[in-house]
Amino acid sequence: MNENGNLIETHGLTRIYGSGDATVRALDGVDLQVKRGEFVAVMGPSGSGKSTLMNILGCLDRPTAGQYILEGEDVSRLSRDELARVRNRKIGFVFQSYNLLPRLSAVKNVMLPLLYNSDEHLAKEERYERAIAALESVGLGDRVHHRPNEMSGGQQQRVAIARALVNRPAIILADEPTGNLDTRSSIEIMDLLHQLHRDGATIVMVTHDPDIAAHAQRVICVRDGKIESDGHDATGPCLERGRYDESE
Amino acid sequence: MNLSETFKVAWEGLALNKVRSFLTTLGVIIGVASVIMMLAVSAGAEAAIAEQINALGANLIIISPMRGVPGAGRTLLYDDVEAIIENVRGIDGVSAEFQTVQDVRGGTGNLSDISVLGVTSDFPGVRDYELSDGRFFTAEENERKLKVAVLGYGIARDLFGEESPIGQQITIGSTKMTVIGMMEEKGMVADVDYDGRVYIPITVMYQKFNPTRIGSDRVRTIYVKAESKEAMDSVINQITVLLAERHDVDPAQPDFNIQTQQDIISTQEATTEAFRNLLAWVAGVSLVVGGIGIMNIMLVSVTERTREIGLRQALGARPRDVLLQFLIEAVTLSLVGGLVGVLVGVGGAELLGRLGDMRTAIVPASVPLAFGAAAAVGIFFGYYPATKAAQLDPIEALRRE
Ligand SMILES: Nc1ncnc2c1ncn2[C@@H]1O[C@H](COP(=O)(O)OP(=O)(O)OP(=O)(O)O)[C@@H](O)[C@H]1O
Ligand SMILES: [Mg+2]
Repeated sequence: MNENGNLIETHGLTRIYGSGDATVRALDGVDLQVKRGEFVAVMGPSGSGKSTLMNILGCLDRPTAGQYILEGEDVSRLSRDELARVRNRKIGFVFQSYNLLPRLSAVKNVMLPLLYNSDEHLAKEERYERAIAALESVGLGDRVHHRPNEMSGGQQQRVAIARALVNRPAIILADEPTGNLDTRSSIEIMDLLHQLHRDGATIVMVTHDPDIAAHAQRVICVRDGKIESDGHDATGPCLERGRYDESE
Repeated sequence: MNLSETFKVAWEGLALNKVRSFLTTLGVIIGVASVIMMLAVSAGAEAAIAEQINALGANLIIISPMRGVPGAGRTLLYDDVEAIIENVRGIDGVSAEFQTVQDVRGGTGNLSDISVLGVTSDFPGVRDYELSDGRFFTAEENERKLKVAVLGYGIARDLFGEESPIGQQITIGSTKMTVIGMMEEKGMVADVDYDGRVYIPITVMYQKFNPTRIGSDRVRTIYVKAESKEAMDSVINQITVLLAERHDVDPAQPDFNIQTQQDIISTQEATTEAFRNLLAWVAGVSLVVGGIGIMNIMLVSVTERTREIGLRQALGARPRDVLLQFLIEAVTLSLVGGLVGVLVGVGGAELLGRLGDMRTAIVPASVPLAFGAAAAVGIFFGYYPATKAAQLDPIEALRRE
């Protein structure tokens, strides 16, 4: 994309909540680069700013200061409409709590992002077919007409992943995708994310679980709104301190 | 997202809470139904009035003494009638009327307090009122003060049953008269029972029944039939000038009053309009109440579905997509209410016309009007909740439970 090949680039990313005496520096000057095709795990103690970072990377929120460059485009000062378009076309967000619309079937849930895709003008049949294909790619080809309450947590999260994929985004952002799941379902979801990564997807994922973080190529450790460590072997130190903090 | 998809999403949103959605639209249903029913009632009343007034006779000009002018009750004279017949052009006939109440005996009947009208020979033509048997008296018979009478349909039946009354003798007051004709059945028109009256030459009336014989013979009402609708204005002008000159008054301040059917209709319309205004007010209030109901339920809906809104935003819905979704939901709600309201209103008007003695005429234009009003209510009262939804922050919305 741009000369150094970074899909994501942030410079001094800062997010301050509140005002006056009650301000919280949730992010404090984060410099981060993510290359196309990377699989990045984000770890860190509770309240360290992981979700804040993901929300900004996902264009759901704007930084108080600093720069966020996505695919070479500075998106840190875009309008609400422009941000909506970026979210729709470039980002696939996976939430801890799936966030499926309970009254819609799996396929209709997956079709939602296509509904707001005003660039491609997809006909209804096309949207349906793409949603079905996305569901098949997450192994739910036989559950397309099930409603969320007729599916297990793991299956629901796979529907959510299909929904994140359906607009062929540049990056998949997952904030604790296995946080609500049991071990077996977590492994299934991780296998699926691995599969997507092998097929070329760029993934940034927040997790508390070191076993899950171990799947990633690269682990970023966030503490007090700053990146404390970044690399292949960051799991160890990040984990120990993280565990210590959480048990406080 | 295109409009039909937005409508579908809105519809699915409403279908979630069918009972609540229906209850919400109740105000709009009542408002729209009352708009339609009320317009139908007033249109029906108007049609009835117009029909009754038409029954008086077409192109009719009515001259009466001006009320409130001292001595005016004596100003319209039989000589004026003759002057109009001689001088005014463009008229088909003139009928003068003077009325008293008398006892009428004859055949097997003895009727008291019957309206007896002294009229001129043009009366049937001027008033578009035909005979069913015999004939009306002639101008000559009127001039010669012959004691002949024409019976209203009901009087003839009361006195002579199914027998023909022609040639029979009757006594009006203490005057014996010969029946020469019977009018067709006409019934009650504008509160006058035409069938319950007896018609005699006005000259006989003056001679026998005029209670206060002061000066010349006076006339209560003069009916003039113009040749055509177009001739009306000219005839009115000619009469005004003629009578003003004869009465020696300023034509601008006459001691007589000239009315047309249109004037009478206008007077009646003013009455119905007051009624209609009241009804429109009722309809307006229920539409506003209905609108507030919609606003309320949409605010509830926005609160309940905050998370859904956040999710849609996260997936790429722009503020305007969210705004449109909730606006269309409100409009759909009000239009469904409008549709039910139209059905209820049309059915109610129909039922009212059939069961009650009220006449109703459904005004076709009231249907689009009512729909338009319902849609406007939806847009107006749906706008605020929709704006609230569109302005939600995606992260906060997603965090809400
Ligand atoms: N809307 C907000 N208003 C004020 N403070 C906030 C808001 N959102 C987050 N914070 C604060 O910002 C800091 C970072 O929060 P964040 O949600 O990013 O943490 P996290 O790393 O995702 O934690 P966890 O692991 O528990 O999910 C916390 O101190 C939190 O209290
Ligand atoms: Mg978090």
